[in-house]
Amino acid sequence: MTRYASVLDLIGSTPVVDVSALSPKANVAILTKLEGRNPAGSVKDRVALSLVDAAEREGRLVRGRPGQTLIEPSSGNTGIALAMVCRLRGYELTVVLPTNVSPERRQLLMAWGARIIDSPGAEGSNGAVRLARRLADEHPEWVFLYQYANPANPAAHYATTGPEILADVPEVTHFVAGLGTSGTLMGVGHYLKEHRPSVQVWAVEPPSGELVDGLRSLDDGYIPPIFVDQGGAALLDRKVVVRPRESIEWTRRLTDVGLFVGLSAGATMAGAIKCAKEIPDGQSATIVTIASDDGWKYLSTGAWSDDVDSVVERARRIIYF
Amino acid sequence: MAATVRLPTLLRPAAGGVTTLTVEGATIGEVLVSLTTTYPAMRGQLLNDDGTLHRFLNVYVNDDDVRYLGGVDAPVDDADEITLLPAVAGGAFA
Repeated sequence: MTRYASVLDLIGSTPVVDVSALSPKANVAILTKLEGRNPAGSVKDRVALSLVDAAEREGRLVRGRPGQTLIEPSSGNTGIALAMVCRLRGYELTVVLPTNVSPERRQLLMAWGARIIDSPGAEGSNGAVRLARRLADEHPEWVFLYQYANPANPAAHYATTGPEILADVPEVTHFVAGLGTSGTLMGVGHYLKEHRPSVQVWAVEPPSGELVDGLRSLDDGYIPPIFVDQGGAALLDRKVVVRPRESIEWTRRLTDVGLFVGLSAGATMAGAIKCAKEIPDGQSATIVTIASDDGWKYLSTGAWSDDVDSVVERARRIIYF
Repeated sequence: MAATVRLPTLLRPAAGGVTTLTVEGATIGEVLVSLTTTYPAMRGQLLNDDGTLHRFLNVYVNDDDVRYLGGVDAPVDDADEITLLPAVAGGAFA
């Protein structure tokens, strides 16, 4: 085995596994990149390290200077990844977290020493972003890396995730990933289209539904600045909604090929299946998807053990992306 | 053509509280114009003055975002289900 000097050196270079046994078409291969293999357990490790490295290069953060505090809105994984990186680099982290995330996410943040400020669950991630922006304005001494707008977020994927995919799956024809901050889709999407212009990029998103009951009008809506700045509307070829039932069903189906992955990975797989069904008969294709994390953080949802109807009902009320 | 339209919570008061409606129209643009004609309180929430989609409104035909299917010109069939949803932060996606 390779010997590493730091846990941070374990970030990236994740494996890709062939899950074509689940493909609806014999001529369509599906491969998934296992981002749960990152040391803090998700694709967000790449982003967190990139955000902190960029802030250090810009002088916004100085290693070794005591009393530096970061604030970040996160529904979980970015906060968890940042908490790990901050612990190693000596920074304090405050995460603004919607109340309706799984308890495992909350506990992992605490494991790495992050402070948590709750935002209303009914406002979803929008509410967390809004509160973090307000707190950052009130505390100019805090460093606000703002993953939704920071170019270091897609840059991490342009520099690492994209090249890894092309090196491991040079025959890739379609890339399917979840849309949250849009960092993965923008970074990988731009990299792949520059090197394989015919690659189709599909975004998968959960229905906002009941998670945004706190919205008073459409003008409270939110589009990640990264998506706008990086020309997301022109980059994407398709964007599909995957509902909680499909997400859970495909999270379970993935265990048929031995994968124990998070609910957003199930959603992304469901999106890949929709994509595969549209490939004309007789035409071959290779779809690459991202499994953002593993299943451990979602055991409390009962996703693998409980009656599917009750899990779906629970999933409607939590943020699992 | 008459498609089923599912309204998000925040648009339901403008339609008397209902969750779904049956609306005439051969394209997404026609469906949305028909909606605002019947329910004037939705005006300004669905379409801009130039007939394009409101920036923070996502419209899906059978769960496919119409912005990537031709926008307001995307065709609508009888059996289609159209879902209107506000654009929100998807959450730290993982």
